[in-house]
Amino acid sequence: MDSSRRKFLKIAGISAVAGIGAPSALNMLMKSDVQASSAGGAHGAQPDAHGAQGGHGAAPAGKRYGMVIDAVKFHETPGLAQKCIDACHSYYNVPDFGNKKDEIKWLWQEPFMNAFPDESHYKKDDGLLSMKFMVLCNHCDNPPCVRACPTKATFKSAEGIVMMDFHRCIGCRFCMAACPYGARSFNWRDPRGTMDGVPFIKKVNPEFPTRMRGVVEKCSFCALRVTKGQMPLCVEATGDSKAMVFGDLNDPNSEVSQVLKARFTIQRKPSLGTMPSVFYII
Amino acid sequence: MYDAGKIIPGLIIFVGLMLFAIFNNAGSKVEAPKLEKPVGVKECVKPVKYMKESHMELLNVWRDEVIREGKREMIEVEGKLYEKSLQNGCMRCHTSKKKFCDVCHEFASVYPYCWDCHVAPQADMALQEAK
Repeated sequence: MDSSRRKFLKIAGISAVAGIGAPSALNMLMKSDVQASSAGGAHGAQPDAHGAQGGHGAAPAGKRYGMVIDAVKFHETPGLAQKCIDACHSYYNVPDFGNKKDEIKWLWQEPFMNAFPDESHYKKDDGLLSMKFMVLCNHCDNPPCVRACPTKATFKSAEGIVMMDFHRCIGCRFCMAACPYGARSFNWRDPRGTMDGVPFIKKVNPEFPTRMRGVVEKCSFCALRVTKGQMPLCVEATGDSKAMVFGDLNDPNSEVSQVLKARFTIQRKPSLGTMPSVFYII
Repeated sequence: MYDAGKIIPGLIIFVGLMLFAIFNNAGSKVEAPKLEKPVGVKECVKPVKYMKESHMELLNVWRDEVIREGKREMIEVEGKLYEKSLQNGCMRCHTSKKKFCDVCHEFASVYPYCWDCHVAPQADMALQEAK
């Protein structure tokens, strides 16, 4: 075989191109394969990593706790909202720093414009605009705060509850920047402190710890109560009014699933893809 | 050696001063800290030796199990159920932080930060208010 320098260079060039190009071409092929199969099996159970994150169409596996809040009932029953907030904040030793800037909130109220800025259309009815909406951590299925946390102090539990491990929180507040719902509060001051002789925590509940300065806190969906089979405190405070319904969204027979099936509900900022677990009847 | 007349006596004085504390306390017995033990309960969740040496590790394990893994089942010892919790477990029997935790911790000069957040039992708060 006669081989010239020209021929050798040609072969070397072609193999170099093939060597570089083949893996990426193979990767692309593999990816499109996966996409095709996942599109086909979107309605089947997908217990893989992506399935656990909860694609929009993916059938869910395991538990995912969620809540339906009936804003109309809260509007019709004055004082009910405050009762829920008090039940929550008193149990969890949520401090009241007495000013809006340092405010710590697990469960609070917002007007429509603040709670649902996505739902903007010209000329809303007065009823809607006069209503206040109970807002809390949405315990997103795709929680941006968890991705932002550098220490894994906040994480999603097996039951779909976005939890805080206060022991690990270093107070960097990345999670607060990441949360699109403002559901997280930072302890700028020592919650055990006092102002003019009045303690920030009116009456400390000995069953739950307080926090220290420099820690972020938020609603925990009463994870400790839920595992004991109890309802979250706010839900319990609504009593029989059914203004708040709590349960497993993945269980089609749960009360919350039944309500969601029967009623029209909206979520807060669904377009962000966080997949909130709190729904509102308006 | 220059200035040996100053350095050697100086060294002797220095070493003497450093060792004074040891010689002074040699032979005298140090009282072990006396803890207030819970009344009517004999067994803790783990053997006494383990609790003395490694209670802090157990607390960390409990913390991770309860918060991270959702393993919140109770621990049964001699027919009594205990919650895996500092405030709602340990301190239910050891009703005083001052007379239990603090006694040893102060003796050993360790200052754990548990109580920055966790709430000491009511008995301690009453003690504090009485002061």
